[in-house]
Amino acid sequence: MTRLSDLAIARRDLLKGSGALVVSLSAPALVGGGRAEAAISPVAGKPGLTPDQLDSWVAVRADGRITAYFGKMDMGQGVDVAIAQIVAEELDVPFDRVDVVMGDTAWTVNQGGASGSTGLLLGAIPLRNAAAEARRVLVEMAAEKLEVPAGRLRVVDGVIGDGTKKVSYAELIGGRYFNVPMTWNGKWGNRLAAVGKAKPKKASEYSTVGKNYPRFDVPGKVFGTTDFVTDVRLPGMLHGRMIRPAVAGAVPVGVDAGSIRDIPGARIVREKDLIAVVAEKEWDAIRAAQKLKVTWSDAPAPFPSQDKLYDHIRNAPAVARKSPVKTGDVDKALGAAARVIEAEYEWPFQSHASMGPACAVCEVKDGKATLWTGSQKPHYGRDGVAAILGLPPDDVRGIWVPGPGSYGRNDAGDAAMDAAVLARATGRPVRVQYMRHEGHGWDPKAPASIHRVRAGLDAKGNVIAYDFLSRAFPRLDVASNESNPSDTLAGRLLGHPDKTNYVFGNPAESYDFANKRHRFEVIRPLLSGASPLRTSHLRDPLGPQIQFASESFVDELAQAVGADPVEFRLRLVKDSRDGAVIRAAAEKAGWKPRPRPHRNGGNGTVTGRGIAYAQRNGSTVAVVAEVDVDRASGRVWGRRFVVAHDCGLVVNPGELHRVIEGNIVQGLSRALYEEVTFDERSVTSVDWVGYPILESPDVPLSIEIVLLDRREMPPKGAGEPSTRPVAGAIANAIFDATGVRIRRAPFTPDRIKGALRQT
Amino acid sequence: MTRRVSLTVNGATKTVDVDPDMPLLYALRDDLKMNNPHFGCGLGQCGACTVLVNGEPTRSCQTPVGSVEGRAIVTLVGLGTPEKPHPVQQAYVEEGVVQCGYCASGWVLTAAAMLAKNPKPSDAQIRDGLAGLKCRCGTHMAIFRAVRRAGRIMAG
Repeated sequence: MTRLSDLAIARRDLLKGSGALVVSLSAPALVGGGRAEAAISPVAGKPGLTPDQLDSWVAVRADGRITAYFGKMDMGQGVDVAIAQIVAEELDVPFDRVDVVMGDTAWTVNQGGASGSTGLLLGAIPLRNAAAEARRVLVEMAAEKLEVPAGRLRVVDGVIGDGTKKVSYAELIGGRYFNVPMTWNGKWGNRLAAVGKAKPKKASEYSTVGKNYPRFDVPGKVFGTTDFVTDVRLPGMLHGRMIRPAVAGAVPVGVDAGSIRDIPGARIVREKDLIAVVAEKEWDAIRAAQKLKVTWSDAPAPFPSQDKLYDHIRNAPAVARKSPVKTGDVDKALGAAARVIEAEYEWPFQSHASMGPACAVCEVKDGKATLWTGSQKPHYGRDGVAAILGLPPDDVRGIWVPGPGSYGRNDAGDAAMDAAVLARATGRPVRVQYMRHEGHGWDPKAPASIHRVRAGLDAKGNVIAYDFLSRAFPRLDVASNESNPSDTLAGRLLGHPDKTNYVFGNPAESYDFANKRHRFEVIRPLLSGASPLRTSHLRDPLGPQIQFASESFVDELAQAVGADPVEFRLRLVKDSRDGAVIRAAAEKAGWKPRPRPHRNGGNGTVTGRGIAYAQRNGSTVAVVAEVDVDRASGRVWGRRFVVAHDCGLVVNPGELHRVIEGNIVQGLSRALYEEVTFDERSVTSVDWVGYPILESPDVPLSIEIVLLDRREMPPKGAGEPSTRPVAGAIANAIFDATGVRIRRAPFTPDRIKGALRQT
Repeated sequence: MTRRVSLTVNGATKTVDVDPDMPLLYALRDDLKMNNPHFGCGLGQCGACTVLVNGEPTRSCQTPVGSVEGRAIVTLVGLGTPEKPHPVQQAYVEEGVVQCGYCASGWVLTAAAMLAKNPKPSDAQIRDGLAGLKCRCGTHMAIFRAVRRAGRIMAG
């Protein structure tokens, strides 16, 4: 029951700000049914854009539509739809009355952008709290206006009443601000938390959350009417192209301006070691980049030849070591073991290989700057542009516009800085788009790694020791966001210092081994600075490679003790949710226990099944892969996948299905085809021929998904977890089919044939 | 080397003064300010720049603008509208196919051309007919569902 004193305070606060009519200026793009002009702006009477204000999160517009201000991002997986569902739920309005604003630093607080599948896990919580708080405040306003106690009022579709008298949200506050405080924890990014006085609904009361609603962005993309970041055009805008050296690490020492003299309007921009061309017409900028003659410094070839990559990782000195899991005395138990099983697994550098190379547009004018970026972290992009230009962040506006795919820290963060540098140098707005060779060649890569796993068995075959060691390039040679120029190509070329973060990761599972250790050792990057083999986050950073190793090895253990891989895992997992997904996947797949692989011979196509599972930040997923292996050609086809998926409460099951399908297909592509190639000079996989990904002939026949909806839990993450067990499940299926254990990814035809020949 | 080139795009005739060897993609994007198709690779390897030229899916990044004078060019925008969608677009929306959507021109226009010749493709024909296109988000399962659905719409 609301106390009168609270009501008085709320009313006073409301009156303070409710006089100002809202003016629309420089409105952001809305997703949903609303038009941008209808949004309310921060101009008249709006409190500052800080997380401790309700108005920073939610607004009731004059027409009764609701705007939710989301400080994370949706990159095409429907996170914004889920946010609209959650806000509609708490406010008791229909789903289609809610619009979502995201990706604009002038309108949204920094909740960390797209990051680690936390869009709902972390990002939705302040929105849920704010929507509940807005409803509470509106009910109190209605109680005052209708002279009915708040406890007797009900809300139906944004109309508050007691059955006799009623008033709508729009009538109460439409087009005006709440001016109601929220309690904020003072943090920005992923850790930001904000709560109001209202208590959000229980899951048992949900009617909008848990249902299917369509994505906002699909029609515009399908009818070709969506503007991408590549489509931003400003008056006076120049097109820019960057010039990269053939030998990584080389810097320009001479430029022949005459080499592009015949190209209309083309000119050179050079600042320290950064070199680019700009032109009025895009094709002229491209031709100028192709024709420009640059003399490069005589830099030493920075890389080992590719066939020495894993030896390099094995032998290079460790810069950092850590043991995130340490239970019992592993070394002692290994020493006492009747039998020790050991294996080593290898994973290559992989590329984001986004559908288009990155693009960004920047305008620097009157001491202020605006950035249009496809980056999944536009707030941090804003901070990075401010830093590289030497401007206060408040004088830079970052605006996200859909980009050509985003699965982590891809090349978008680099393009943003390049555009800023070129815009300042030319005094004109500049649109930088990379060429394909830069998208593949110079994006930050997922780190290459080796994983050495040992287990000790006692005389009865019980696992008494388990030791998992990764040796790898750093997880974050460059950070997962571009807020510091040191983490971008332009920043390094302009002299910003190295800030490599020497960390890696460890398996995410609940196997109950009495003596258990997870360790990692991190080695130096091959080249410090603007390197085509910089490492950073690619979808489910480190998950596919680590879980490929750990789940392959668990299968090797099961084989060693003559156990069925499903039964063996169920015997060992401690977490009941892990057991539930393993059981659900096996059941749906019609798993038949097999203590030994089928090991089909002959020269034809053989079939096998494998299972793998992984946790990820509160979610847990099991995957059964069914593969065909053509023994003659070495081709592996991931024919069928069965996925059991527990990500807590399911907000939108239809979209979740499609997200999981995408993860399985991308995970399959990475397991079978993807490997960055390089020579001593630079990366050599610079297009789709050099870096093939899965195409339609190799698409699975079916992906069957079981969602374990945990209504008692908040939503966890789904954007990445199902990527994680795919490679392990495929490797285990190949073993079942052929009896051959593949310990190096990707599982290319040549590698499969080579392995089969050795048996 | 610049000359006037006349293009028929989505039913309208337009002229551009360009180097006739320049790829059609830049005439559409830079001279005619059209937001589709997209630059994906500039090498004809991905399909993001696809347009229909006389009904045939064509990589505009590899097609000299001077070579398509007098031919009917259709971009994704010209294929259909929300009010009057092409069956492939209708099916894409109903199946909620795309994620980032940057690849849509290639997949949608290629499927439209394929279904125009054969509205009931087999699973193998769909796989082969769409080979050569890239989708990094991995939406292929939904793409296949949409193509089959579009075939059913076209068959009535």
